[in-house]
Amino acid sequence: MDFAGAYSAENLSFLAEGLVVTLIVAGASIVLSFLIGCVVGIIRYTQLPVLSPILLAGVELIRNLPLLLIIFFMRFALPEIGINLGLVAATVTGLTIFEAAMIAEIVRGGLASIEKGQIEAARSSGLGSLQTLWHIVLPQGLRRMVPPLVSQFISLLKDTSLAVVISLPELMHHAGIVIGHGYTYTIPILLLVALIYFSVNFVLSVISRRLETRHV
Amino acid sequence: MDFTILTDYFDVYLEGFRGTVLSSLLALVGSFLLGALIAVFRIAPVRVLRWFGTGYVEFIRNIPLLLVVYIFYYGPSALGLPLDGFTAGTIGLAVYTSSFIAEAIRAGILAIPKGQTEAARSSGLSYAQTMLHIILPQAIKLVIPPLGNQFINLIKNSSVLTIVAGLDLMYFADIVNTETYRTFDTYLFVALFYLVLTLPLSYGVRVWERRLERRY
Repeated sequence: MDFAGAYSAENLSFLAEGLVVTLIVAGASIVLSFLIGCVVGIIRYTQLPVLSPILLAGVELIRNLPLLLIIFFMRFALPEIGINLGLVAATVTGLTIFEAAMIAEIVRGGLASIEKGQIEAARSSGLGSLQTLWHIVLPQGLRRMVPPLVSQFISLLKDTSLAVVISLPELMHHAGIVIGHGYTYTIPILLLVALIYFSVNFVLSVISRRLETRHV
Repeated sequence: MDFTILTDYFDVYLEGFRGTVLSSLLALVGSFLLGALIAVFRIAPVRVLRWFGTGYVEFIRNIPLLLVVYIFYYGPSALGLPLDGFTAGTIGLAVYTSSFIAEAIRAGILAIPKGQTEAARSSGLSYAQTMLHIILPQAIKLVIPPLGNQFINLIKNSSVLTIVAGLDLMYFADIVNTETYRTFDTYLFVALFYLVLTLPLSYGVRVWERRLERRY
């Protein structure tokens, strides 16, 4: 084990570059999948005719496929039908499609968990169904969704590593390259990378716990 | 869709399908045993065991699956005991999933009323006997849906084996792809193979969940 060699300035800055790509890709995918997931989840909750069953089928299909396959497909299969996505675009698209399906279910479940009495009370006070959704159901539902949403975001951040299949230059890809320089680097690098992922995710879960205690 | 790819390369697909199923089943058994042990550690009356259990779960859950697989793939080979991709990948899958299963089992155990433990202990059963004969058999019914979900995740996650040449569906699909140059269709069939496994399982989990809801 060559800790000094593995942690050379050159290797560390190479890993840092990878971490930046990981964070950018994760950040973009979190924002996009949250927005799309919310819209899909709300439509599923309101049980709109035609649209809701179609989205149900789509969500079920995506949730039951491996994310690795979806990312690979975005990068290497779509060009055959004329859609060429770059490395970052393919990863963000794949992650967003997959995680939005997961988030849609969280949103739908969160909204469905609001007691019927709340809705009946709002409706009998004269609120329309959209007003009830916006002012009564959504604010309470969103609060309940915070813990599962944050653990989904942590999953997303971890899942960015699957983009090694398309050689996106993120943290795991760069770690693999450094490990390739010599087996004496293997264990020090794996330890360091584990520590990096752990720290980022730990910060996320601490923030989540703060949010929960503040709102409830 | 060009079905001749499916018929011409059915044996190749099947070989990969077998690898995916075998790896998922082995990892399921391994992660269940390991997860049950860690869950018992986490609620054990011994502080050191609780610390170990919590540390294990928190660490593993916050690092990517691919990193766990790399630890078992590159780690042993750095120490001079190389493991093949299938073995390293399956061990990595089992260890990663065990942390989620441990949490599911712990939640199931905690859902059993305290009176059960007290009654068992005052009838003269030891802590271990109480766990084995009274608590775990009851908890297991509650734990089946989350376990089912973890098994679905295992099947999807087994696709990371391809990154360490683990002889799974994605790995053999690559062989088909390099021969046909028809990436779109090749991987559409791969998706079908995954769905054959995951969709019925998802359905089964939902049916069991509904049964539990009706009973409690």
